[in-house]
Amino acid sequence: FFFLLLCASVVMSLDTLIGFTGKNFTIIAADKARARSIVIMNDNEDKIMNLEKNKLLAASGAAGDCSQFCDFVQKNLNLYRFKTDVPLSTNAAAHFTRNQLAVALRKSPYQCNLLLGGYDEDEGPSLYYLDYLASLQKMNYGAQGHASYFVLSLLDKDYRPDLSEEEAIQLLTRCFEGLKKRFLINSPNFIIKIVDQNGIREIPQIHV
Amino acid sequence: FFFFTYPFLFIMARRYDSRTTIFSPEGRLYQVEYAMEAISKAWAAIGILATDGVVLAAEKRVSSKLLEPGLKSEKMYKIDDHIACGVAGITADANILINYARLCAQRYTYQYQEPQPIEQLVQGVCDLKQGYTQYGGLRPFGVSFLYAGWDKHFGFQLYHSDPSGNYAGWKGTAIGGNNTSAQSILKQEYKDNLDTKQVLALAVKVLRKTMDSTSLTAENLEFATLTLVDGKPSFHSLTADEITNLLQENTEEESNN
Repeated sequence: FFFLLLCASVVMSLDTLIGFTGKNFTIIAADKARARSIVIMNDNEDKIMNLEKNKLLAASGAAGDCSQFCDFVQKNLNLYRFKTDVPLSTNAAAHFTRNQLAVALRKSPYQCNLLLGGYDEDEGPSLYYLDYLASLQKMNYGAQGHASYFVLSLLDKDYRPDLSEEEAIQLLTRCFEGLKKRFLINSPNFIIKIVDQNGIREIPQIHV
Repeated sequence: FFFFTYPFLFIMARRYDSRTTIFSPEGRLYQVEYAMEAISKAWAAIGILATDGVVLAAEKRVSSKLLEPGLKSEKMYKIDDHIACGVAGITADANILINYARLCAQRYTYQYQEPQPIEQLVQGVCDLKQGYTQYGGLRPFGVSFLYAGWDKHFGFQLYHSDPSGNYAGWKGTAIGGNNTSAQSILKQEYKDNLDTKQVLALAVKVLRKTMDSTSLTAENLEFATLTLVDGKPSFHSLTADEITNLLQENTEEESNN
């Protein structure tokens, strides 16, 4: 119990992940800084991994675990594609990811919190919130990291289920502005990816 | 040529058939072939694809009046809510594989929270069967299956697997006794645009022409359909009354023809 409690503070990280679903797309933003203590090691990090052609997996937490786990999920989904010739739905991929976290939890947990977003032809856009204790929740909007304390209340107020792409970017901009104003350890730059029926696209840098 | 060497081959075969892990000089796996021979002497099962479902039909022979029929079928099994299976061959072997298939389906659903695509299930069972033709020195399973199911990727599907671990997708196929004649009748009579009702009639026709028993009754036949009910896959095993009705309807048609 104490171990997990200790982990809670460790795994709530300085990374910021923000995601939400729009009318016919899912958008995820991640900050670009990778830091160790007071030093920013890299200010151009891409924390959002592309899964297949229609899913995004963003990870925050311990750097090694994040890249290892995301890579593991990505390669397993590739293997599934080669073995079966049928695509895996976002829902199935999210549950697979959660299962892997759950299996590792009682041996050597992956210290990463994730946002998995995707677009399926039949289901439309979807966003899943996963944390390092292998919980899974399908949500309309979500955030990871300390920044979530600031961003979630903003999204509670301003999020609408049928946002257009411009409205979504405006909403994200308001989130970034809020963080810039109030969050002590904030990264100025974000990488933003959007997934819709045409696949995955990166959105140019928003300056706040 | 084959005729003259046939007795010779028979003698030669004896040296190579004691273990599955051995090829014969002609490149054959005799144990696998013998397993298929065992199945061709078993009771028949037929599977046919319709536009709105899949139909499985099987011959069932009640060997003694003293046998308590019980609730369970010997020929048709439900693997998951969306997959069912017809069996021909050694029942005890079939039980093991059905159990395994059910486990596969649930393991998949446990991990992915959605029903397993049919072909993947078939592959899983076939991979197990193949193992018994290559390692361990154990005999192969003496069972052939007809898998009927529905998934969101390819809709209604019918697959056949045999003791070698090979499988293929079919529009209509037969396993067990008289399967070659059943297969040729299906080849002539099958059409792509038949619905479940018409396919049931076709199954009756095929069984009537190929079964050894002189009369078809609800006592010696089993029918099952896999269709969509309210958008969800549903397996329905026909009751004795429904079978009797089905047979009556199709006798009348025969006499009309």
